[in-house]
Amino acid sequence: MAQFIVRRLLQSIPTLIGASIIIFLIFALAPGDYVTRQFENPKMTPERMEQLRALYGLDKPLPERYVSWAGNMLRGEMGDSLMFKKPVISVINDFIWNSFLLGVAIMFFEWLIASIIGIYSAIRQYSVFDAIATLIIFMLYSLPSFFLGLLLLKIFAVDLRWFPVGGMITTGSNYTGWAHIMDVAKHMVLPVATLTLISVGGLSRYFRTNMLEVIKQDYIRTARAKGLKERTVIFKHALRNALLPLITLFTLEIPSLFAGAMITERIYNWPGIGKVVLQAIYVRDYPLFLGYTMLITVLTILANILADVLYGIADPRVRLK
Amino acid sequence: MSEPLIEVKNLKKYFPIRGGILQRTIGYVKAVDGVTFTINKGETLSLVGESGCGKSTVGRTIIRLYDKTDGEVFYKSIPIHNLKKNELRKLRPKMQLVFQDPFSSLNPRLRVGDAIGEALLDHGLISRNELRDKVIETMEICGLAPYHVDRYPHEFSGGQRQRIGIARALILDPEFIVLDEPVSSLDVSIQAQIINLLMDLQQQKGLTYLFISHDLSVVEHISTRVAVMYLGNIVEMASRDELFDHPLHPYTQALLSAVPIPDPDLKRERIILEGDIPSPANPPKGCKFHTRCPLAKDICREQVPEYKDVGGGHFVACHLV
Ligand SMILES: Nc1ncnc2c1ncn2[C@@H]1O[C@H](COP(=O)(O)OP(=O)(O)OP(=O)(O)O)[C@@H](O)[C@H]1O
Ligand code: SF4
Ligand SMILES: [Mg+2]
Repeated sequence: MAQFIVRRLLQSIPTLIGASIIIFLIFALAPGDYVTRQFENPKMTPERMEQLRALYGLDKPLPERYVSWAGNMLRGEMGDSLMFKKPVISVINDFIWNSFLLGVAIMFFEWLIASIIGIYSAIRQYSVFDAIATLIIFMLYSLPSFFLGLLLLKIFAVDLRWFPVGGMITTGSNYTGWAHIMDVAKHMVLPVATLTLISVGGLSRYFRTNMLEVIKQDYIRTARAKGLKERTVIFKHALRNALLPLITLFTLEIPSLFAGAMITERIYNWPGIGKVVLQAIYVRDYPLFLGYTMLITVLTILANILADVLYGIADPRVRLK
Repeated sequence: MSEPLIEVKNLKKYFPIRGGILQRTIGYVKAVDGVTFTINKGETLSLVGESGCGKSTVGRTIIRLYDKTDGEVFYKSIPIHNLKKNELRKLRPKMQLVFQDPFSSLNPRLRVGDAIGEALLDHGLISRNELRDKVIETMEICGLAPYHVDRYPHEFSGGQRQRIGIARALILDPEFIVLDEPVSSLDVSIQAQIINLLMDLQQQKGLTYLFISHDLSVVEHISTRVAVMYLGNIVEMASRDELFDHPLHPYTQALLSAVPIPDPDLKRERIILEGDIPSPANPPKGCKFHTRCPLAKDICREQVPEYKDVGGGHFVACHLV
């Protein structure tokens, strides 16, 4: 096991280098840079712009820029964010936990609802419930997040005024303790609902398909023939096997907890990393964008290794070498 | 001495065929289309016929792994399709099933000992302390070693897995076991071992078997009586010797003519059946066999032949007999 993990970690080094080059190039080769974005006013002289470029290190040739950036990354220095004028690491730290909070809530509801709908549709295949669930899921599935986000915002925040229109806390309030928690929770409802509704469909289909696949296996008939309680048949025999492929899916979703949701955070003005990174892209704040992207890349690679390890533990047929 | 254990009366099992986006029922596969037979205590009734003729469906419906479409099944005069779910569950241990495919019939995530023992515990037939000894004892009876108890199914060969399947049925102390092609996926040398195990167990415990097979040499070895199925119906049933020596139905004659005879002087003329097996969703009118029967007459295309006793418990359904 330890050997497997070490080998996988070593194997991921080239992946990481390759990914860093691609990410760097995409960002560097995109038209415009921080200087053109920041000082789009006619009074700006070309000389002054060149000076600023030299200041931010944007005037050097690409390979040199890459090597110096990658070298810093290796030493754990992500540099300073151009727009926040402070270390990238502290910008990320300021915002990522807000995204994490949303992400965990979404993941919780997404998996809870999807498992219930998926399992129930599978054990009642062809029932009215199954048909209606399928229909609703495909409708939700096809909605873009900005549309559903704005729709919920209009109905529940603007018209009905049940929930705040945006932000994470009520502006000007100074709640502490329980009141603070309730305030944040209220602000979370709409963004969490938006993202849960959008993701729950796909996941519940996974649950349904896997359950259906397992339920028709002979060992489920064996379990029934033994006269086990239907609950035992479904949960102990069927679900435990149907969950196997979902372990991988679950683990691979972990990095997204930290990635933030750019569009939805923007719509609900949630102070998360997604919203900040969207802004960073817009103003070409390359140290912040690159730092964030590399962080997510590393998390994704780690999640892949974790997924394999967990699968190996859960499925006795798999032995990790 | 011939006391009936299982009585099956005009049993039918139709599977819905679904189609269209709404998955509505657009027809039925008449997998079992009215079969009547009795299995006496302590005997082995074999069910033979080509693939898809409904043998497995009969086996599964008489122990109510499938709900019937029509007809009746009695176990010791108990109409098992009328039982409530919990009454049925209590009766399950008495009627067991061994599947053809020893790979898919064992839950991959369940240790062998648990697979064999779990139902005893679930039915409250044993205490946790006694369980392990009982499991190991049963495993030894079935030719498995005690140290196998903590292994997972994938670590075993096909023959060993079939022993596990037999052990898990046997431990419940059943009276009746449906053996659904228990050896057809095994090597010939292993087949003999498993057949001998099954025959020994039957002798020691007075078990009653429904033995499903399409291998007539195995059937000749193990059976007390034999029933021949074609497209969801029994076309002929008789004691083993009677059926092998005096087959009356043209289909039985054709099946038997394909069995190799050990004595080279005794030549049997091989009857080759023309054409494919018709679909059980749309079976031929009259005698279902008329599309392939070398002796078919006009009446065969119109009228369903009566299934009648021609003497001494030899039943046959053919206009010519
Ligand atoms: N669960 C099911 N749903 C729909 N159709 C089924 C189902 N099980 C069996 N059938 C159909 O019923 C018919 C009889 O199948 P069955 O498995 O009983 O045949 P069999 O005689 O056991 O064949 P084999 O020798 O291949 O095992 C086949 O046409 C099959 O496709
Ligand atoms: S009834 Fe006619 S078609 Fe059917 S088996 Fe007899 S002879 Fe053949
Ligand atoms: Mg079968």
